[in-house]
Amino acid sequence: MTTEPATQVTSRGEPITEASALDGSKGESALVVEHLTKHFGERVAFDDVSFEVGYGEVFGFLGPNGAGKTTTVRTLGTLLAPTSGSATVAGIELRPENGSAIRSRISIMPESPGLYLRLTVRENLECFAGLYELDDVRARIERALRAINLEDRAGDQCGSLSKGLRQRVALARALLNDPAVLFLDEPTSGLDPVASREVHGLIASLRERGVTIFLTTHRLEEAERLCHRVAILNTTLRLIGRPDELRDQLFSRSLDVRVRSPLEDPTAVLGGLPGVKGWAHAPSGYTLAVSDPEIAAPQVARALVGAGVDILSIAESRHSLEDVYLELIDEDVEARRR
Amino acid sequence: MSFSWTRVRAIAVKELRDYRRNRFVIGTMTVLPLLFIILPLIQVFHTYAHVHSSNLNLHVGASMLYMLVIPAFMPSTLSAYSVVGEREQGTLEPVLITPIRREELLIAKALAAFVPTLGIAYLVFGIFLAAAAFFANPVIASAIFSGTHVLLQLLFTPLLAGWGIWVGIAVSARSTDVRSAQQLSVLGTLPLLAILALISLNVIAVSAGLAVGLAAVLLAIDLLAWRAVAAMFDRERLITGRSA
Ligand SMILES: Nc1ncnc2c1ncn2[C@@H]1O[C@H](COP(=O)(O)OP(=O)(O)OP(=O)(O)O)[C@@H](O)[C@H]1O
Ligand SMILES: [Mg+2]
Repeated sequence: MTTEPATQVTSRGEPITEASALDGSKGESALVVEHLTKHFGERVAFDDVSFEVGYGEVFGFLGPNGAGKTTTVRTLGTLLAPTSGSATVAGIELRPENGSAIRSRISIMPESPGLYLRLTVRENLECFAGLYELDDVRARIERALRAINLEDRAGDQCGSLSKGLRQRVALARALLNDPAVLFLDEPTSGLDPVASREVHGLIASLRERGVTIFLTTHRLEEAERLCHRVAILNTTLRLIGRPDELRDQLFSRSLDVRVRSPLEDPTAVLGGLPGVKGWAHAPSGYTLAVSDPEIAAPQVARALVGAGVDILSIAESRHSLEDVYLELIDEDVEARRR
Repeated sequence: MSFSWTRVRAIAVKELRDYRRNRFVIGTMTVLPLLFIILPLIQVFHTYAHVHSSNLNLHVGASMLYMLVIPAFMPSTLSAYSVVGEREQGTLEPVLITPIRREELLIAKALAAFVPTLGIAYLVFGIFLAAAAFFANPVIASAIFSGTHVLLQLLFTPLLAGWGIWVGIAVSARSTDVRSAQQLSVLGTLPLLAILALISLNVIAVSAGLAVGLAAVLLAIDLLAWRAVAAMFDRERLITGRSA
């Protein structure tokens, strides 16, 4: 399979316009990141990362373990000072003296929920309402608890909650201050499928409400389901765009054809078709490289019927985001071996 | 954005709630005071019955020193946990991503150790005084209440607590695990305990002037330590346990 070298993307994608922004800052971007780099001594956590995220957008940040996802979140959240580069977070320039102002406008749900286990759910939330100097604390806590469907467990000590519930409390805590940008660092790591689905449901409902979300994950189906756009990071930013765009960029489109018995001379039947660029044998049939499946599929069907072959199925083969991801990361692994 | 007492209060309240449900903390807070009130009470009710009255003043002062071990020692074990313990539990990061400033976090942590320490130390001292006033030999009781003993006790309790707290927090901010932080911070209070021991063994004779001088030095150290520890409370270091 061919991959264009054009995957070293530095271009910034268009901010999504269909989603509505919660606060009035529509038009400008929630995050603008330019050539941001972070080193820990000799070790490079991430290097020369540039992208932009619009208000109301759900932006997926994908990458393997150690790719620099958490470090990026911490840097944008003013916990770590960048080594070089610049960024604007929620409309405020990323600088040491703006730390407190930036942190009051965003929130981060870290990889581990980090709840005070001896305190109740409500006491945990009260502490953070105080840290954000919120008024109307009771009402806000009720609203946050309602958002995560956990009103009935408010009086329970967090130590008695399951991992999934703790994750939801951490999400409620991150929602308390109505953040302009919500960073979720692997919100479903270590959760079972049911608990993951619940967290996905919560994120989807936040997306509906137009909350700007920066979601790091290495679960591809999660990103594909929830994100308007994704970026793939492996120390450097490898790729950025809508999930379907990335697929088209990396993979040529193809048709999977299954037939009851093999063709005697496939080249004669398939080779001459205008929509078909090439073909290869596949289990119980053929894979055809095509420029447009909608034009090629009827041509192929007619040609096969004309050749007297029984067709079992003709379908466009869909590459998942996972294929894109693996393709890219494998490339990196090979490049390192060379 | 300026210094916010709302944020200080949020953290301090959380810490106090957490102490109340922490068996280790409750244990330290009961065993240590019990130990260091029983000793002076035994001396007051038992030993001093035979002491010549001219030496009585000295002996009474020495046994009251035992109670100063409480404010010197207790806060250092509490505050040794405060940073590294939270880092291990993963509860530090959520706090650091709120608008809280390093000075606010530091003051909140210090207050959370200072308030219960002061409360318990003064309570223990109050019990001691009450026992002496009502049940002790009148000669001994008057030796306790005359002179500067009570005043010095009240003065040194917060000063020693301040030392223990700054040592504990400083060690905690730089440690990578709770156990070594607690051991180190106990070591850090040893100089104070050594001075107390020397005084109580009569190696150092305490005059009122020396006591006031000592108090002034401790106050100065406490104030300087607050600056030094505040400089240590860098977010990057707190999160990663190492310097930027
Ligand atoms: N405090 C630190 N000191 C030194 N190196 C660090 C520090 N934090 C992270 N790193 C290194 O930076 C790189 C990126 O780490 P990071 O945690 O950001 O990755 P990640 O993409 O979040 O990985 P994961 O999927 O495992 O969470 C790794 O090589 C890591 O070892
Ligand atoms: Mg991570």
